[in-house]
Amino acid sequence: MAAPRSLQFDTLSLHAGQRPDPVTGARAVPIYFTTSFVFRDADHAAALFNMERGGHVYSRISNPTNAVLEERVAALEGGVGAIATASGQAALHLAIATIAAAGSHIVASRALYGGSHNLLSYTLPRFGIQTTFVDPRDLAAWKKAIRPETKLLFGETLGNPGLDVLDIPAVAAIAHEEKLPLLVDATFTTPYLLKPFDYGADLVYHSATKFLGGHGVAIGGVLVDGGTFDWEASGKFPELAEPYAGFHGMDFQEESSVAAFLLRARREGLRDFGACMSPASAFQILQGIETLPLRMERHVENTRTLIDFLGKQAAVESIAYPELPSHPDHALAKRLLPRGCGAVFSFNLKGDRAAGRRFIEALRVFSHLANVGDAKSLVIHPASTTHFRMSDAALAEAGIGPGTIRLSIGLEDPEDLIDDLARALSAAKA
Amino acid sequence: MELRVAGNCAYAYTGGKSFDPKLRAVLFIHGGEQDHCVWVLQSRYLAHHGYAVLAVDLPGHGRSEGPPLARIEDMAEWITAVLDAAGVKAAALVGHSMGSLAVLECAARFSERVSRIALLATAFPMRVSPDLLEATKSKESDAHGMINAWSHSACAHYPSNPGPGFWVIGGNLRLMQRQKPGVLHADFAACDGYKAGFERAAQVKCPALFLLGARDAMTPARAGRDLARAVPNSTVVTLASAGHNLMGEKPDEVLDTLVEFLRA
Repeated sequence: MAAPRSLQFDTLSLHAGQRPDPVTGARAVPIYFTTSFVFRDADHAAALFNMERGGHVYSRISNPTNAVLEERVAALEGGVGAIATASGQAALHLAIATIAAAGSHIVASRALYGGSHNLLSYTLPRFGIQTTFVDPRDLAAWKKAIRPETKLLFGETLGNPGLDVLDIPAVAAIAHEEKLPLLVDATFTTPYLLKPFDYGADLVYHSATKFLGGHGVAIGGVLVDGGTFDWEASGKFPELAEPYAGFHGMDFQEESSVAAFLLRARREGLRDFGACMSPASAFQILQGIETLPLRMERHVENTRTLIDFLGKQAAVESIAYPELPSHPDHALAKRLLPRGCGAVFSFNLKGDRAAGRRFIEALRVFSHLANVGDAKSLVIHPASTTHFRMSDAALAEAGIGPGTIRLSIGLEDPEDLIDDLARALSAAKA
Repeated sequence: MELRVAGNCAYAYTGGKSFDPKLRAVLFIHGGEQDHCVWVLQSRYLAHHGYAVLAVDLPGHGRSEGPPLARIEDMAEWITAVLDAAGVKAAALVGHSMGSLAVLECAARFSERVSRIALLATAFPMRVSPDLLEATKSKESDAHGMINAWSHSACAHYPSNPGPGFWVIGGNLRLMQRQKPGVLHADFAACDGYKAGFERAAQVKCPALFLLGARDAMTPARAGRDLARAVPNSTVVTLASAGHNLMGEKPDEVLDTLVEFLRA
């Protein structure tokens, strides 16, 4: 018998998690706009509540439209399942809150999205969870920062905004040596460019608002469990490997050898914190995922074209993109990101802050806003927006200067984007 | 629950309830390269509906100690040892794939210990193609890929097992990857080497349910029906659009069929 082949990435982008609706025959994913689901009888209700049957009870916990999104992203990432959340930040919070508590400690890359940095630096300490930030390239620092109470190592596949490439295999090895999981924010890469589970990550999350959706119309997050981490063998996670009073004494690892984390995240995290996704948002993000492979290919192609253009401009001091030999992670990027390093990058303009303002205000095709990963090209000045709470020293540590401009390259005709950038560079000199 | 069987720790999930041997007992036996958690929904439901449940990890699998058992006959004997250790005189046995052969063998040879049997995704002979059998020995990752592709009928399941948002195919792959090296080949060699299926089938005295998947590419439903015909008191239920991973793809249908069969 010929060896069977599993469905491949592009096919999964369209089909994973969904079949034509068995009741109506609808081919597209229906939006199940309902808060709650009728029980067949009292026994069915009790069985659903007690996890004796799979199914839906209340849309804060699960919803059929959201389930399609969750299973599709899990399939694309190569995980065992996922949870759709209200935003990427909600996904990060859910990941941490499921396995950490007052007294816990996290080791995180210091090159993080500003919102993630805020959560770890300022908000979680109020709840007794401390974080040590490390240079993501300094492997010894990751190891040295681990304490007995550490629960998690955390970084971004491509650091925001300097595009530090996380050495996932090396950091995962450090984490696993200490019986800890590695959580990765894969928003910038999407599973089309990089599947962190293939390199040793244990948990992955996305701001689905960005490239997964791609259209910029829906806020959402997805937290994916790789099913690889043995929470019981670690001995550091009674939350998952000992009876939980909040759910009839359930021992999640006993219930599922591979999905204990997801069980608790859904049964506790969505139930109690409630940061669920609207099924309308799930539908919209699913529409984006259907074209994810095509879009990511074009995003990367356009990005390469524009970097080539910018690299030849006298007004540009430097460009941070891992495909360039000048980037400190160039070799690592070739190994982990052969399909491309995404469509978000930063460059430094010659001149002062005023030059930066003139540049941004002269753009006509690029939109000046606080987002990335849209089909439309976007621009922002991190020092005055996404990272404005950080001190100059912290900014410098994260690789951000006063003249740093961050671009998110969209799907427009590259010639139009070049014209737009040329106009803005000219204005910046004035 | 942990039991001592033949000097080793034998793990059995009891469905989230304390095990009470005075209740009607149901013992679940998983298939090759898997563990108890493939039965999580069905075993949890029965445990909360009046049954004493033991969803075991076979030796060498999941949390159970010891080397994997080399022969289906050894698994049948091990099942009776588990019943002894748990203080159970007789139980209904439910087995999936490789586990179904162990159930058949046990019911035929130890009829006084077995009240009824349910064989899920079963076939006899349960031959393994030479390429796959070789892969189970020399390249487990390739074998996992083949098994996973053959075990599922679709890339979408509703409701998923153990619940919404779980990617059944990914979960099954990870579960196989979690087992210790060598277990996969031992299991598949045991299935391939089992010769007594029809002989044992004729010796079964208790009621037998054959629950088959119409799209099962690992153990085709046709081969399951052939075996069912050899069992004197058998019932066959075939689930449409279901592959080999019946409990993952059709958890409610499997549960409802089992509940009806066990209640009869």
